Amino acid sequence: MDIFLQQIINGLTTGSVYAIVALGYTMVYGVIQLINFAHGEVVMIGAMVAFTVITALVGAGLPLPPIVLVLAGVLAAIPVCMAIGYLLERAAYRPLRHAPRLAPLITAIGMSIILQHLALLVWGRDPLAFPQIIDNPSFALGGAAISAVQIAIILLSVTMMAGLTWFVYRTRFGIAIRATAEDVRVAALMGIDANRVIAATFTIGAAMGAVAGVMYGTYYGIAHYTMGFTLGLKAFSAAVLGGIGNLAGAMLGGILLGLVEALGAGYIGDLTDLCQWPLFGDLLAERCAADGHVVLFGSNYQDVFAFLVLIAVLVFRPSGLLGERVAERA
Amino acid sequence: MKHKSPAQWFGLALVALALLALPLVLTQVGTAWVRIANLAILFVFLSLGLNIVVGMAGLLDLGYIAFYAVGAYTWALLASPHFNLHLPFWVILPLGALCAGLAGAVLGAPTLRLRGDYLAIVTLGFGEIVRILMNNLSAPFNVTNGPKGITRIDGFSVGNINFSASDSLFGIAFTGPAKYYYVLLFLLLFVIVVNLRLQKSRIGRAWVAIREDETAAKAAGIDTRNVKLLAFAMGASFGGVAGGMFAAMQGFISPESFALHESIMVLSMVVLGGMGNVWGVIAGALLLSFVPEFLRYTVEPAQKALFGRLLVEPEVLRMLIFGIALVLTMRFRPAGLWPESRHKREMNEGRA
Repeated sequence: MDIFLQQIINGLTTGSVYAIVALGYTMVYGVIQLINFAHGEVVMIGAMVAFTVITALVGAGLPLPPIVLVLAGVLAAIPVCMAIGYLLERAAYRPLRHAPRLAPLITAIGMSIILQHLALLVWGRDPLAFPQIIDNPSFALGGAAISAVQIAIILLSVTMMAGLTWFVYRTRFGIAIRATAEDVRVAALMGIDANRVIAATFTIGAAMGAVAGVMYGTYYGIAHYTMGFTLGLKAFSAAVLGGIGNLAGAMLGGILLGLVEALGAGYIGDLTDLCQWPLFGDLLAERCAADGHVVLFGSNYQDVFAFLVLIAVLVFRPSGLLGERVAERA
Repeated sequence: MKHKSPAQWFGLALVALALLALPLVLTQVGTAWVRIANLAILFVFLSLGLNIVVGMAGLLDLGYIAFYAVGAYTWALLASPHFNLHLPFWVILPLGALCAGLAGAVLGAPTLRLRGDYLAIVTLGFGEIVRILMNNLSAPFNVTNGPKGITRIDGFSVGNINFSASDSLFGIAFTGPAKYYYVLLFLLLFVIVVNLRLQKSRIGRAWVAIREDETAAKAAGIDTRNVKLLAFAMGASFGGVAGGMFAAMQGFISPESFALHESIMVLSMVVLGGMGNVWGVIAGALLLSFVPEFLRYTVEPAQKALFGRLLVEPEVLRMLIFGIALVLTMRFRPAGLWPESRHKREMNEGRA
């Protein structure tokens, strides 16, 4: 099997989920320059709601095809997440819009903790398992395999990205969003209801987050109340990598981060195998002879890559790959 | 220093007496409460350290517990059978503070030029990295013993006095936790004095200047880069000392004790009490340490009596309280319950 190609496929899959979540961060940031910390939790709740609905439908024993079941889950999750996104903005961020920067950041963290623990109350500590309804056929692709779920995730993500781009660049409301992102006051003077635009970015981001949550959960087969934290952190890193506030940047950053992570996890074990390095190979000759490998960092360090990418971007190119504005302290 | 009237001195003496007698009273209620008091003091420690970074310098640090972890692991590795090292406390505590301080500076360095919200995310990620390292550094070379943690850590001892064992003095029995209480109280006194002096010092004023307006601070001749790094390093070193004491007191540590939740707890204490105000932060830390414990002893039986089973676990309730405290404080009293006078003005500015 071609490991390189396989990791590229895996990376594209997770990368497109990161991209969709990253869009939620970047849209809100573009409009009000706030990191919506609770976005990861919204994604998590989307996955939990969808899993609950799907499990319930499966339990009811209706003779529905799997695709309808998943679709029902997604359709249930989207309005719930949109409502949460809207409430977040109204309750936690709007009252603090003119407060010093630290204040909304702190409420955002508070909201994320509250959402996470409410989810814990509702769904409990054990992860929800995705019911065995899809027989997930794999297709051979040049020495690697791509599964039906992977194809579905990538196609759906690309469709959503295209849809959002069309919405933001081709519709009246999209123009209003871009104008608000450019300058809230001037946009308001042009007759744009800034509050409506800001609330809309939250709800659109949340709706896409809901879909992303279902895709992520379906891909890994489980949903858990803590999944939003890591996913959110990675998606945010992706948004920064692409240039926060920039839609194309979030998409590019998400895909790139997915690839870096997959390739990193695939190769780091071989690269940090001390036995193949001349110096350590001699020092550890006994252990190498006994075990064959002395791996310094294995694939259990996968979650670290997103963070290292984030640091590297912040040090070398704080505005991200496609960002125009340099993120200096305001 | 202002002169205090005799009445004020009398009041101070009463407070001191009450603090000294506290463990004896608490022991009557149950040794568990002495432990809770000790943990509360550790949280005051941590809050004061974080207050330097968040409250004074205005740099939001969401991975503060990582420095606590660095201090705790420094103690655990240098004073336990794990590496068969048993160094005395006066070597380990300063070393732990130094390691944590260095970690703070290393963390602060790449984010210095950036806006506060980037810093928040980077520190968040850093906290996770430290936890992942603690969990995984058991192979190929066993450094941290992984998720199992490190056990049989040496207690705090001075000469022949071991603070983990019971003792009696003048016919009064002192349990291990009660003895730790006095050590922690002594350290706390020292930390409070350092913090009060820092607040009024040249560096403290430089931190506040950076928090208020970094560009203006730079124009006024403050070396913002070094001063910010110093805030990180000093805040972190307090966390390191607290971590060392935690390891000594518990005798066992594992990565579980240093999760993100703990960082959020400390942040809530600082925010609720009043960022930048030493006394406010202390009050916030004590409040948020004791209230969940009281709830643990009241809400749990109440739920069992009312519903016949436990609906909301105390741990969940505790985190919900922290989250709600963060949101409500920012919404209604953004400068905290006991604000620093200057910060109060700043946080209320522009809020029509």
